[in-house]
Amino acid sequence: MEELFGGFSLGLFIWQAILFIALILLLKKFAWKPILDSVNDREEGIKNALESAEKARLEMENLQADNQKLLKEARAEREAMLKEARDMKIKMIEDAKDEAKETAGKLIAQAQATIETEKKAAIADLKAQVANLSIEIAEKVVRAELSNKDKQEKLVESMLDDAKLN
Amino acid sequence: MHRFLGHYYLSDMQRKIALKPITLLLFLLTFMSYGQEGHSEENLLEGSKSDKETEMKEYILHHLKDSYDFGLYSYDTEEGETKHVGFPLPVILWDNGLKVFMSSKFHHGEEVAAVDGSYYKVFHSKIYKVDGPNGTIHLDEHGHATNAKPLDFSITKNVTLIFMVFVILFFMFKQMAQSYKKNNNLPMGIGRILEPIVLYVRDEIAIPNIGEKHYKKYMSYLLTVFFFVWIVNLFGLTPIGMNVTNNIAVTLCLALITYIITTFSGNKNYWAHIFWMPGVPWPMKIILAPIELLGTFIKPFALMIRLYANITAGHIVLMSIIGMMFIFNNWIGSSLSFVLAFVLAILELLVAVLQAYIFTVLSALYFGMAVEEHHDEAH
Repeated sequence: MEELFGGFSLGLFIWQAILFIALILLLKKFAWKPILDSVNDREEGIKNALESAEKARLEMENLQADNQKLLKEARAEREAMLKEARDMKIKMIEDAKDEAKETAGKLIAQAQATIETEKKAAIADLKAQVANLSIEIAEKVVRAELSNKDKQEKLVESMLDDAKLN
Repeated sequence: MHRFLGHYYLSDMQRKIALKPITLLLFLLTFMSYGQEGHSEENLLEGSKSDKETEMKEYILHHLKDSYDFGLYSYDTEEGETKHVGFPLPVILWDNGLKVFMSSKFHHGEEVAAVDGSYYKVFHSKIYKVDGPNGTIHLDEHGHATNAKPLDFSITKNVTLIFMVFVILFFMFKQMAQSYKKNNNLPMGIGRILEPIVLYVRDEIAIPNIGEKHYKKYMSYLLTVFFFVWIVNLFGLTPIGMNVTNNIAVTLCLALITYIITTFSGNKNYWAHIFWMPGVPWPMKIILAPIELLGTFIKPFALMIRLYANITAGHIVLMSIIGMMFIFNNWIGSSLSFVLAFVLAILELLVAVLQAYIFTVLSALYFGMAVEEHHDEAH
């Protein structure tokens, strides 16, 4: 112990104390504080950047999820619209068909009625013409028959025969 | 009771740290004793080797001491004169007034320096007052000088080195701080090497030991002490060979600052643990109080001795092994010593940073104890 403290030098102790404390204070002001502050700032910056990146990523994910949802909805809507349109088309066609059928039925009935009427008229006309023609023919035949006396008598006789029969 | 556990854990950690160098030292010591045995046999043949050995011992002890001039090396000329290469440093004495002169007046301790009618002489690296221009140092029976000692505030070799380290550290870290400003909070140049170390001190030493809440106010001291001890230790390994930390005055100063900071930052909980240990019966409290109080002094004292002893021992061993090269003076012994010295020098590089680390960690641990908040579940 004596050997240990025999080497103790007060001058060295005082110089060391002065220089070392001065070194602590100077380094604190000019080095440690700026260095540690800078490092802290940088670390904070990195931390914040990472956090905001994470936030952005989450937002992006949300956005994408939203997009997906919207897309899905849009798709479903389109699907529904298409279905509606198809249904409407089918219905329209059906309606049109029905209407056409009805109209056609009516037309046909009308046409048939008209044809019937025409036919009747034609038949009537034909009957009249045939009657006229028959009368003319009969007139001509009668005239020819009645041109000599024998024939007139014969005719009267045949007619009488007919009348007898009736 | 976890403070006790803390102590055990601490001593355990210290043991672990100390274990490897100790094994290596033991290994080296076996070599050394072997070398000495061989040497004593040689002594029978050559008597002159003994002188060389004494000279070596003197040289090593002298080298470990502080000196008043900045000697780089010395050599003997052919005429038998010793030439010193280096430069003188200012000597500042307080002896009935301030006395400032250059150490060249001592002529490397060989002559008496006359200043303003007073005479001073260097004896065993200390300045003593002598009677006149031819005055001598009076010795008592233990070989200690009995002459008056003036108050000595000289700029010695060690003070010069402390100042050099001061300047180096200041400009190194100032530049680093400036590079952050210029470069958008990113380090440039030397800062790229220093930043991981600074962050290591913060994240591995300060925060785990002191805690997230309080560590900031101790960072300046911890960083300064870490880099100071480290750089100073490294300088001790350079050929300039000045060991600042093998002066008890320097380690005492560092330990004292740690002690003062610990004491002044101690909170209610810290003092309660010292004077009235919670969770133990009252007779134990009375027994524990002086032990704990003593403990507060022993902790920084251990810090002081640890740093001093590690560096001093390392240097004595290293220089002894280097010296053995010249004592053996044969190719087997000398080359073996060279290899040993090389290995040991590498070990000393590790010790330089290890001691800085241990000093910083333990300081942080003591600060952590001082500011620790009360935890009920711990008792």
